[in-house]
Amino acid sequence: MNLNEWAFVGIFLAIAGILPAVPILLGWLLGPRKPNPIKTDTYECGIETVGDTWVQFKVQYYIFALVFVIFDVEMLFLFPWAVAYQRLDLFAFVAMTIFILLLTIDLFILWRKGALEWT
Amino acid sequence: MVKDALIQAGMNIGWATFIDLLLGVIVAASFGMVWVLLGIWIERKWAGRFQNRIGPNRVGPYGSIQSVADALKLLTKEVIIPRNADRPVYFLAPVLVVASVILIAAVIPFSPVVIGTDLSIGILYVMAVSSIGAIGIMMAGWGSNNKYALLGAFRVVAQLISYEVPTVLSAMIPVMIAGTLSMQGLVHGQHVWFIVSAPVAAVLFFIASQAELGRAPFDLLEAESELVAGFNIEYSGMAFAMFYLAEFMHSFFVAILFSVLFLGGWRGPGAEQIPFLGIVYLFIKSILVYFVSVWLRLTVPRVRIDQLLNLNWKFLVPLAMIYVIFMAFVLKIAPVPDLSGAQAIAAGPYEGVASGIYRLLGPDFVATLPQAGVLLLANVLFVVVAAAVLREVSRRRRMRVEDLVDETDYSGAGGAGGYTPADHSETAAAR
Amino acid sequence: MELTIEVVVFAVFAIITLAGALGVVLARNLFRAALLLLVSLFGVAGLFVLLAAPFLAAVQVLLYMGGIAILIIFGVMLTRGMVQARQVMNSQWDLAAVIALVTFVILMIVIVQVAQGEGAPLPSLPRGDVAADSIAQLGAALVDPAQYVLPFEVASVLLAGALIGAVYIAREDEAE
Repeated sequence: MNLNEWAFVGIFLAIAGILPAVPILLGWLLGPRKPNPIKTDTYECGIETVGDTWVQFKVQYYIFALVFVIFDVEMLFLFPWAVAYQRLDLFAFVAMTIFILLLTIDLFILWRKGALEWT
Repeated sequence: MVKDALIQAGMNIGWATFIDLLLGVIVAASFGMVWVLLGIWIERKWAGRFQNRIGPNRVGPYGSIQSVADALKLLTKEVIIPRNADRPVYFLAPVLVVASVILIAAVIPFSPVVIGTDLSIGILYVMAVSSIGAIGIMMAGWGSNNKYALLGAFRVVAQLISYEVPTVLSAMIPVMIAGTLSMQGLVHGQHVWFIVSAPVAAVLFFIASQAELGRAPFDLLEAESELVAGFNIEYSGMAFAMFYLAEFMHSFFVAILFSVLFLGGWRGPGAEQIPFLGIVYLFIKSILVYFVSVWLRLTVPRVRIDQLLNLNWKFLVPLAMIYVIFMAFVLKIAPVPDLSGAQAIAAGPYEGVASGIYRLLGPDFVATLPQAGVLLLANVLFVVVAAAVLREVSRRRRMRVEDLVDETDYSGAGGAGGYTPADHSETAAAR
Repeated sequence: MELTIEVVVFAVFAIITLAGALGVVLARNLFRAALLLLVSLFGVAGLFVLLAAPFLAAVQVLLYMGGIAILIIFGVMLTRGMVQARQVMNSQWDLAAVIALVTFVILMIVIVQVAQGEGAPLPSLPRGDVAADSIAQLGAALVDPAQYVLPFEVASVLLAGALIGAVYIAREDEAE
């Protein structure tokens, strides 16, 4: 494998970090800096914010993230198969169909159980 | 070119390679930043016309350097740091968001020879770096230490990760037909544009990628009426501008990506011979896609979060999964044809009409045409069946609701089962 | 060992991985711990690239950084009062230390054996170019009846089971 390709990505990574950091730094240097208690207060509705910011969130966020991770794994299995697909036989098609269908059925079960509702 | 010149000038090969790479990186990385200055102006002009206004028209001819003026103005604005902010996280967030977008530029194939680096995992690399953006947004929400910002960040991240599934699944169809993940390979494999061979995938990809961008109708992240402004509410000055920049850059990059995956990338008459033409073709295609995206943004209203997630998990994802199986099946019936025969005829001596057509339209294009036709027909069939199923499902649901209405005593005891959840969950949707 | 660019890059990524991991353990703030975990995972992605396994690097970024890390952050947000840990050590630190040490020793024994080739369970791998179509080979191997098709389908069942089970547990919590 040509590591030069990845050297490009590595340098790109550094530049991609520097490019947005420079304007922010410049803005911080060039702009005025006059903080006062009112200005640096949490921006809400005009009244001082009440309680902790890190309130407990809906469990639904977690469930969707969970479903996403499972499907992410599935898609990553699919990619090598998709690349090789042209030269594979019918068996490969059947094997992958079973794989995808199982997860599709899974999705429908979750749907029926109401796990996909945002309530 | 630069490398050879430097080596001739007596430089160490290692350093010459490094400088060569560095120059390439700087050109590719700043492409996005420079484009944004122009792109924002174009989009604002379009937005103006859509809404029966003129749009920016003060700075420069037709207001064309308005964005430069805005950038300069933002540079002189105070970067307000909220007292309770988690500072390192707060400042790293915009950097990460922009970086995740800029990194896409590394693998965009502008023409047969102009590409940052043609990675073997090209399209997967694009998906991977885009998924980092979600973490940046999460950091912005957390770092700001503001309830609305955190809530907005949560929503955006839920949206981004959900729509990643149909985006990736629909991008898999071009991969399947072209048999490669490399971006140049995807373009080379497109003798007939994939929007013809796989229109359903193109539509799925377009819808899902609009949601990935967080633009209207999926702009829940900046639902001003609910969340003040979303995850970036505590940001000001240049730090805020970075989020803005990332959004614009991302929307154009996604248009480019769509062109590469489904509209033949740099392909066009004479692009192989004159690489510069390839850049022009890619830009024309991308701007057209971008226009459709802006058009959509300016026309349709925002959806609610429950509708957003329903659309994804109950429509796009199942559809995309079944579509992948379907296309795999069709590709077994109509495999990608062997092109060597047609190429031989085109290269050989002139004999009759066939070789004339091959030469005029290109042997690869003509030889792939029958297969693309079969795929197109199969796609039409898929859409017809899917529409019929959907009609049936919604008819049943409607009947169930009607039955329910007949049985209830109309005393307003809402919330009974049978309605789709989308009908009565406005209040619950907030958190 | 010769100090080539490869070695330097390896050292950089190894340090990133280890420093990130150390940060996860030492951070008092759970959200920051999650972010440091990302740093560590990124280092591992870099190591995969150095091993000429770009597909695995992409998996690492897409799945672990873009998926599982988000899941962890959502998990942190769900646990009220857990965001700010009061102490770095919990009551089971001594047990954890023993397990970590034992795991480390076992790993070291295996690695040293493989590296020296003496009674090595794995044949020493040839150092050289990896086939350009390694991803396609992987795809073919996954659905080849002679190779990994059974584990592959079992993985699908496992994924399906994990999904339903996890959602059940999460929803039970909600009902309480």
